[in-house]
Amino acid sequence: MNYVEGPEIRDTKAPSGPIEERWDKRKFQARLVNPANRRKLHIIVVGTGLAGGSAAATLGELGYNVKSFCYQDSPRRAHSIAAQGGINAAKNYRGDGDSIYRLFYDTVKGGDFRARESNVYRLAQVSVNIIDQAVAQGVPFAREYGGLLDTRSFGGAQVSRTFYARGQTGQQLLLGAYQALERQIAAGTVQMFARHEMLDLIVSGGRARGIIVRDMVTGEIERHFADAVVLATGGYGNVFYLSTNAKGCNTTAIWRAHERGAYFANPCYTQIHPTCIPVSGEYQSKLTLMSESLRNDGRVWVPLRKGDNRAPGDIPEEERDYYLERIYPSFGNLVPRDIASRAAKNVCDEGRGVGPGGLGVYLDFSDAIRRLGREAVEKKYGNLFEMYERITGENPYEVPMRIYPAVHYTMGGLWVDYDLQSTIPGLFVIGEANFSDHGANRLGASALMQGLADGYFILPTTIGDYLADGPFGEVDEAAVEEAETKVRTRIDRLMSVNGSRTPDSFHRELGRIMWDYCGMERTEESLRKALDLIPSLREEFWRDVKVTGTAEELNQVLEKAGRVADFFDLAELMCLDALHRTESCGGHFRAESQDADGEALRDDENFAYVAAWEYSPDGTPILHKEPLEYEYVKMTQRSYK
Amino acid sequence: MNLTLKVWRQKGPEDPGRMVTYQVKDVSPDMSFLEMLDVLNERLILEGEDPIAFDHDCREGICGMCGMVINGVPHGEQKATTTCQLHMRHFEDGATITIEPWRAAPFPVIKDLVVDRSAFDRIIQAGGFISVPAGSAPDAHSIPVRKEDADAAFDAATCIGCGACVAACPNGSASLFVAAKITHLSLLPQGQPERLSRAKAMVEQMDAEGFGGCTNTGECTAVCPKGIPLDTIARMNADYLKANAK
Amino acid sequence: MTATIERGTATAPVPSTTAAPPAPKPRKRPSGFLGSSTGKKVVMAVTGAIMVGFLVLHMLGNLKIFFGKDSFNEYAHALRTLAEPLLPYRTVLTVLEVILVASVVLHMWAAVSLARRARRARPVKYVAKKSQAGGYVAHIMRWGGVTIALFVVWHLLDLTFGVVNPKGYDSAPADRMIAGFQPGRWWVTLFYLVAVVMVGLHLRHGVWSALQTLGWARGGRRRMLQVLAGALAAVLVLGFLAPPLAITMGFKG
Repeated sequence: MNYVEGPEIRDTKAPSGPIEERWDKRKFQARLVNPANRRKLHIIVVGTGLAGGSAAATLGELGYNVKSFCYQDSPRRAHSIAAQGGINAAKNYRGDGDSIYRLFYDTVKGGDFRARESNVYRLAQVSVNIIDQAVAQGVPFAREYGGLLDTRSFGGAQVSRTFYARGQTGQQLLLGAYQALERQIAAGTVQMFARHEMLDLIVSGGRARGIIVRDMVTGEIERHFADAVVLATGGYGNVFYLSTNAKGCNTTAIWRAHERGAYFANPCYTQIHPTCIPVSGEYQSKLTLMSESLRNDGRVWVPLRKGDNRAPGDIPEEERDYYLERIYPSFGNLVPRDIASRAAKNVCDEGRGVGPGGLGVYLDFSDAIRRLGREAVEKKYGNLFEMYERITGENPYEVPMRIYPAVHYTMGGLWVDYDLQSTIPGLFVIGEANFSDHGANRLGASALMQGLADGYFILPTTIGDYLADGPFGEVDEAAVEEAETKVRTRIDRLMSVNGSRTPDSFHRELGRIMWDYCGMERTEESLRKALDLIPSLREEFWRDVKVTGTAEELNQVLEKAGRVADFFDLAELMCLDALHRTESCGGHFRAESQDADGEALRDDENFAYVAAWEYSPDGTPILHKEPLEYEYVKMTQRSYK
Repeated sequence: MNLTLKVWRQKGPEDPGRMVTYQVKDVSPDMSFLEMLDVLNERLILEGEDPIAFDHDCREGICGMCGMVINGVPHGEQKATTTCQLHMRHFEDGATITIEPWRAAPFPVIKDLVVDRSAFDRIIQAGGFISVPAGSAPDAHSIPVRKEDADAAFDAATCIGCGACVAACPNGSASLFVAAKITHLSLLPQGQPERLSRAKAMVEQMDAEGFGGCTNTGECTAVCPKGIPLDTIARMNADYLKANAK
Repeated sequence: MTATIERGTATAPVPSTTAAPPAPKPRKRPSGFLGSSTGKKVVMAVTGAIMVGFLVLHMLGNLKIFFGKDSFNEYAHALRTLAEPLLPYRTVLTVLEVILVASVVLHMWAAVSLARRARRARPVKYVAKKSQAGGYVAHIMRWGGVTIALFVVWHLLDLTFGVVNPKGYDSAPADRMIAGFQPGRWWVTLFYLVAVVMVGLHLRHGVWSALQTLGWARGGRRRMLQVLAGALAAVLVLGFLAPPLAITMGFKG
């Protein structure tokens, strides 16, 4: 697979001037839609996670006509619900030196200088409002005895700015957004379409004007129209088959939008989370994350000696290697995710890994239990410990946990400008589905922050500027027919192959290729190999996949097959992006680009840009570079030592 | 381990449905219950048969999408565990396992083990929220909340909306689900203004959906994967009574 | 699946300014407090409480038999002449009886309509069903209620109207009681015993359940109230069983 380079692109919506005034400036410049006109405007929101749920609710509240779609049976089930650890906000309630500027600084640095300064600063500004909003909605954040909110520290930060609700912060925030959404559904401003999957985007007159969806219960193909379309369909980590994503998470919505002209930015930036429960067998269907907050009190170690098979309790203190504390004395166990993950991979590659297959490191709480008492540890992490025990059958109060990195989040996504609008006018992309705020690595407790910032505060303002020109009139019938026919043809094709392999078996094999050759460590050789293997597997898929049943009923095999088919195309672009970016940065580690200590070595001279890929039907993607400039945070080599 | 499964198969809402027996071989004790079904489904697809449809998504016990009645118990006999977190090590080699969908008139079967739980969404629509537009909410620290209240509200708020309470209740009542939301919001100062109207509207919607009444058997809380306590129902009743006394 | 599925048309929907937003799914009209499941439970709780009050007084009266036949007969007479001469003979008792009968009827109405509601809520039964709560008592409430109702009919025929009592209607209450539980009529005592134990089980769940329905079993009070309900049930069972068992075993009054 090859690519050509197209002209540079710029974020023309980003205001200039002092960074702390830019968002206010944009809010003031953005045109408003008066309440009477909002009733004439229709918006489609796909996805009901933190970003989509909060956006649909807020747009409905503002008086727009909103249609909200999700593939689950209820909007409350979106995978934001599984986020455990917390949500960052620059409240400085602790007086420990936090500020909007520090959160901005930490996030830009944590993203390894591959995110836009303006976007990140706005995120840090808005973070403060999110906590207020959530508390007003009744989100039961953890509190102290004085009745005020509790916070904790999290990876990549030296201040305590993470608000949490035990180990279920994502659940509580999502239920807050879900309840706000249900309130709007009852009020009639939002129409909900659950068990509906978006299969294509309708572009008419150069604007995103609707979507084609499949009713997953009846199999009916439906067309829905609007004046703007918002995609909040999450990340594409499931391209690796095994990830911490929900089983249903997929790339279909953003990939189809990409095929319709939305640029895909930085697809190779994948976050591998350091604390997941290791794989236990071939049949494994997904990986389970253990919250990063565990690294606050747990200590990560492996045996000093290679092939040390003793039980953890039998290994004396002096024969253990607390490698994070050793290599990164100032951040210790709280180094950012990409660094912790790679360090775990390195010690396992040295043959010092623990557990089956040597793919694991210990996360040990015995010190914390001695220091704080079992009860205090149970209070903080009880539900996580229970979950660990349910899955592994081991009691983490007695035996240290075994953890290993797993795919968790994708920083890449559809390219958007400061207004969160993609390269297709009228197509807005929010939450994990866009690429905007995390650069090459996301810090812990920042995904919830970004999803809610986009949905509650940013999109509802910026979309107004676009809609001020609407309503946009009739949708071109030919464009609709073309999109619907494309969807139907594809389904017919999947149904008619009738081969000998299940969609899951292809997905598993694709995931294996991606993990082995485009995973935690990438080389030119491995990526070329992947680019060699993927097309032939895709070819085999379209020749030999087996889909049972019919398309006119609830058919989970068909759903799966359609998603896997899109993962093939995305996987190829990811590998191409990873191949072209010969530097290491954040979650993207090219073995060819490391310093003497084995740390990621950026190449700011050649790669300080966003790689935005344009789809080309002939199979040769076009690369557009958006240069990144840093006026406030000086680009330095990240150091957590 | 080898198992015999008796699974409810139903092609669609109109199909009367029946139990079908399957043999599953070489199940690893480390598999989750759903992974065991995945293995069976892979085999069924290759044999050209329709695989068993079941709802699932996060597979880490929090989304509330999965749920089946296993050997007569919603989510199986393992306490405080969703179906996706149930592991095969809790079953014996050679065992026979019956698997059925949630059974309740307000949860009609869509296919096999997949049921329609939109009744729960409509109950939330009736009042399971605090009305606050996104804008400038007061500073989060402006209203302190007693830690005990915040913790109790959290305990109720952990409900994942899976519907196991309804499936377990001999009356097919949704009281635990409704009470969990009412309790969550009524324990917080932010939830006070709408407290009584919320309780009234939600209980009425629960009735309108066709759920049964509560007879305090405690079956719901016994199978609840999040262990929502029975006193939430007392709180719901108290709020509902107060709302009607007005 | 939420809401109805509305297929878009081929042209963009551009409603006029006056068009109202789509109406939410119409809700079934709630049929008022007594029509709601919780309302019926409240009826059940309140009428149940009245009956429990009656049972406590009834039991105390029964125990008077241990103070001699005269004591018992005087008590029976006093019930009828309560508040005389201010009110005519049997006024208070009749009023109490009306309240009691009304309670029984309402209690049964609520039970039947809730049971029917429950049956409608689960039209397809489980092939396998296993209780997890471990409280079998809660599951036999309806059967217990039916048993108790049947017993009350017999009990009235026996000791109130004397129809099936060896002494007949025109006899002193204490004589009817002693004659009714003679050793030769052990089966009457046995029936009585079964029914009273049923009442006990009914109350063990019922009393707590009523408090829960009325919203008092909140916070940490649940365990304590459950213990209290059990204790009350035990006292009533013992208090009701003492006279007939003593008579059957030879107590002459």
